[in-house]
Amino acid sequence: MQTILEAGRSEKNYWKDLWRYRELFQVLAWRDLSVRYKQTVIGVLWAVIRPVLTVVVFTFIFGTVANLPSEGAAPYALMTFAGVLPWQFFATALTDGSNSLTANSNLISKVYFPRLIVPTATLAVALVDFLISFVLLLLMMTYYQYFPGWQILLLPAYMLILFLASLGPSLWISSLNVKYRDFRYVIPFMVQFGFYITPVAFTQENILNNIPEKFHFIYFCNPMVGVIDGFRWCILGGDSTIYMPSFLVSIGVIIFFLWLGIRQFRKMERTFADLI
Amino acid sequence: MPDPVITVDALSKRYLVGHQSSQEQYHSLRDSIVRFGKGFLRKGLDMARGRQILHGDTVEEFWALKDVSFDVHEGEVLGIIGHNGAGKSTLLKVLSRITEPTEGRITLNGRVASLLEVGTGFHPELTGRENIFLNGAILGMTKKEIKTKFDEIVDFADVEKFLDTPVKRYSSGMYVRLAFAVAAHLEPEILIVDEVLAVGDATFQKKCLGKMKSISREGGRTVLFVSHNLSVIQTICNRCVVLKGGQVNSIGPSSESVAKYLESPSDTFWKRDFSPKSASYFEEATISVEAEESQNPYIEIRTRITHEQARKLAFEVHLFNASGDGVALGLVGSVDPIAFDAGTGEHVWRFPAHALATGSYTVSLRLNVPGVEVFDEIWQKLSFDFQSPPQDIHAYRTAQSWGHGSFMLDLEKV
Repeated sequence: MQTILEAGRSEKNYWKDLWRYRELFQVLAWRDLSVRYKQTVIGVLWAVIRPVLTVVVFTFIFGTVANLPSEGAAPYALMTFAGVLPWQFFATALTDGSNSLTANSNLISKVYFPRLIVPTATLAVALVDFLISFVLLLLMMTYYQYFPGWQILLLPAYMLILFLASLGPSLWISSLNVKYRDFRYVIPFMVQFGFYITPVAFTQENILNNIPEKFHFIYFCNPMVGVIDGFRWCILGGDSTIYMPSFLVSIGVIIFFLWLGIRQFRKMERTFADLI
Repeated sequence: MPDPVITVDALSKRYLVGHQSSQEQYHSLRDSIVRFGKGFLRKGLDMARGRQILHGDTVEEFWALKDVSFDVHEGEVLGIIGHNGAGKSTLLKVLSRITEPTEGRITLNGRVASLLEVGTGFHPELTGRENIFLNGAILGMTKKEIKTKFDEIVDFADVEKFLDTPVKRYSSGMYVRLAFAVAAHLEPEILIVDEVLAVGDATFQKKCLGKMKSISREGGRTVLFVSHNLSVIQTICNRCVVLKGGQVNSIGPSSESVAKYLESPSDTFWKRDFSPKSASYFEEATISVEAEESQNPYIEIRTRITHEQARKLAFEVHLFNASGDGVALGLVGSVDPIAFDAGTGEHVWRFPAHALATGSYTVSLRLNVPGVEVFDEIWQKLSFDFQSPPQDIHAYRTAQSWGHGSFMLDLEKV
């Protein structure tokens, strides 16, 4: 195997290398997971408590106090949960992914491996939280005697869309964060802000009815709008409808961010060790 | 002759360094605001242009490597030596694909594994067993490879009893042993090693050295090896590259290269480039290895010190070996302080070097009233290399500064 190192040379076997290092991807994901709840008393229960409390609080504030409508006949708690599920994945992936390179600076400055592995491995960690929450959702659905329709079969497809929607921005920001640490302070703010402009704890219909039609397009540019809408449709079945324009715009924005993220990451990757 | 395994061709690497051009001692609030405003604007502009953010207000190019070329053949163990800042670590970083060259090209024929640090990626919360898998994967081993070598690694590191203890509870010795053991069981075609043998106790160092030798001899693997320990270089490397100021000074058989390297003066010079904090301070300092008829080598330190008023002080010299451990201390005036006049004065200090072992040393100087006040210090900014002359058995000093704790130097003011 011959490798040539030169300035500005984009390696031909980059993607092959990525495949060759797939075990490192597993190991890094496993490391983050197993370290996560070390030296805590209730351990993995934290992954259960967080989404449950979030849903309880949201249901109380938005459903009971603000008295916002749910989707069709679906209980408010279930409607919220179907939104919290993808949102929490996105928020965790974005926060951890963006900081992943700087958090692993010791690896980056001492060993070679395709750097894409680092932010991608953090998504795997967020995925585990997602699965735990999903089990909780199923339990809650049983409690409400609420059964999903055939639409639930499309959930894996939406899962993939969610994954890609989180990957793009987190690649983009994680590489910029190496050079300009300002992004570290921007992310928590963005996540918090994003929560309010995304229909996590209330329905999409509720927003669309309350903003002028000409702003709808801008609103759809938030990729999570389409993703959450899709999740609700899969989980709540007949009680929720999918809004096509929003879905298509979301897909477009997701592809754009994916392209931007990978391009930026590949461009900056070679200088990571010098800048970190 | 078959094709070389590594070809380095006109390799250069540039870094940008920022400097603070002027640093006035007393700012007014207005100055500070103006400075902050300027810095903010500049950083904003840099970001808009996609440039790196540098501290200070002037930017300088620094060539860590300039026009470096050499070949390495299969099964060869190539040593890389050079004084601090000669570019050794940068060269290894470029070769191991961590950072990109600015100019030139490198051709590598084979799988490369690099070991620039012991225990890269070790996680303190994970157990020894888990860390073996983690570290192995990071260094490029597959899970299968690690599994087959697991027992060997544990045996080599001698940590069997603590395999299921988090490594944060390990002693530093155990930690290092485990880390090296994983790395030693790598089997790439090209192995790049940076100064990792300078760890652990003497017995373990010997074991590591043996392992290094067998890797290259039996495995037929190509090894690139950086060390400050010249005797180790001489025993395990066939050839050596001597780097100086980022360029190749010479390439040749190890013994010749080491001799050449020691010939080249390693004097270091230090000059103050920031304003002093105290009323007595160092302006300049130089350190050099001197010898009268090469029999009684001594180390000479020349200083330029400014005192704003006449003062009685003590002068201290601290010596550190290549691994950064303090090995020796020299004091003048700790009991009977030296009287310094007001103004700038030049002084010469020296201490005999016969008690020093061969190797590189870093030096710190300090001006103080012992136990009361430190007036100024130059902390680890000076360094020198020393080759101890052949000694007959009767002249052997127990004060040898290699792995025997620290000792006192016979420092005197000339």
